[in-house]
Amino acid sequence: MSGTLADPKAAREHSRAQGGTRVEAMPVLPPVADDLPAGVAPDDLLWEEVIAPGGYATRRLGRGARLRLIDLRGDACASLNIFNADIPTERLNVADTVKVQWNAYLGAGKLLLSDMGRVLMSILSDSAGTHDTFCGISNAAGNARKYGDGSNSGANPNGRDRLILGAAKHGLSRRDVHPCVTLFKGTRIEADGTIMPITGPFAPGREVVLRCEMEVIVVIANCPHVMDPRPDWRVAPLRATAWRGPVTPEHDAVRNATPEASRAFLNTEDHYRR
Amino acid sequence: MTDDPALSGLSGTIIHDEIVPARAPWVHRVKAGEVLRIVDLEGNQAVDFLIYAAADDAERYSAQDTVAAQGNLFLRTGSVLLSNEGRAMMTIIASAVDYHDTIGGACSCESNTLRYGHHTRSQHACVDNFLEANLTEGRGKRDIVSNINFFMNVPVEKDGTLGIVDGISAPGLTVDLRAEIDVIVVVSNCPQINNPCNGFNPTPVRMVVAA
Repeated sequence: MSGTLADPKAAREHSRAQGGTRVEAMPVLPPVADDLPAGVAPDDLLWEEVIAPGGYATRRLGRGARLRLIDLRGDACASLNIFNADIPTERLNVADTVKVQWNAYLGAGKLLLSDMGRVLMSILSDSAGTHDTFCGISNAAGNARKYGDGSNSGANPNGRDRLILGAAKHGLSRRDVHPCVTLFKGTRIEADGTIMPITGPFAPGREVVLRCEMEVIVVIANCPHVMDPRPDWRVAPLRATAWRGPVTPEHDAVRNATPEASRAFLNTEDHYRR
Repeated sequence: MTDDPALSGLSGTIIHDEIVPARAPWVHRVKAGEVLRIVDLEGNQAVDFLIYAAADDAERYSAQDTVAAQGNLFLRTGSVLLSNEGRAMMTIIASAVDYHDTIGGACSCESNTLRYGHHTRSQHACVDNFLEANLTEGRGKRDIVSNINFFMNVPVEKDGTLGIVDGISAPGLTVDLRAEIDVIVVVSNCPQINNPCNGFNPTPVRMVVAA
């Protein structure tokens, strides 16, 4: 084989012959999805990708875009960093997200707030109900301890280093990877503060639909939850689909659900008053 | 020896002793092995607290890594304060208060508009203190992450409801932190007046470093 490929023309043929290969975890370009919600035109599809176990993906999404994440086999773990795409020093603030909403458990109707008092994304629907705002994401040292290795180049990559690579694709760096929220793998808090991980595996096909309330950069890492009790590194593919949608109107139910939410949307709308 | 009760139990030599005025920022370097004592002079004063590794300030305190590693939300005596890379930065070696918060974050001018209304926009806030202190050393907004709130009480109920409630601290209570690596400590002596975290009355705190 190496003899044949010593010739650049043969190497070119060999490379080109690989085009068109289909695997499960890959982006589909242009995006195609046969399960869009009623009323969503195929032309409005923005993104269709299956994120590999241990993989990451990142995307800039416009205001009003919907992002649907599907836990294809019940064992995905979607940790999110979110930035204001225009001014990335504005980013998800997990502490404000739970404090301002007086509740730490994510679900339909909840907002993901920035550190500037604005709404980056809202959760429109949620069939999972097991999410985590407390525990963050695995890191290289922890994965090395737990699984023997946690490097990007190894078999058990850690979530933090995946977020760093995703952020770096937008010119961001280690300093910009901030506390995250994790979808599909959950935690519950007991009276004495004990954190109970709820990491499944669950039934396949659970999904969360988010609405972008700002122009955002989303970075998603799909690595085992940091409190996953299984001794082996286990995580399953995560599907991401996004489509265009209308900017949240003034009469929107999520926008008006609480006084804190209404003021967060007022701040967001003010940001785009140009 | 001194008979100052605020110094009782601190071993070694006092190498720094400073009052941080009410509402003010503070930044200080603490070397590995040194002990920082925070004294809540008048009681129920939230002390918002960030830690950066002196050798590389992109490595900083991580509330999420810390609570995940100990499997509990509350910071108590024995809690090891971890960095975003999983390294021990400081350890709480003594606390006169049962537990401290690390999920409530810091108040900001912007989050105050959500929690209380836009009439609070001009009030001073912890994030402005964090920015002021960090900017003196070349760090900025992207370096501010979820912090510790010493002497602050944020219980979480069964349904996930949480809130900043009346404090469990009292005048003269202390917390002692041993640095495990050389660190930069950045503090906001919380100026919040719209919730019970400071008893609606921000007061000074005392910072003592023993080596």
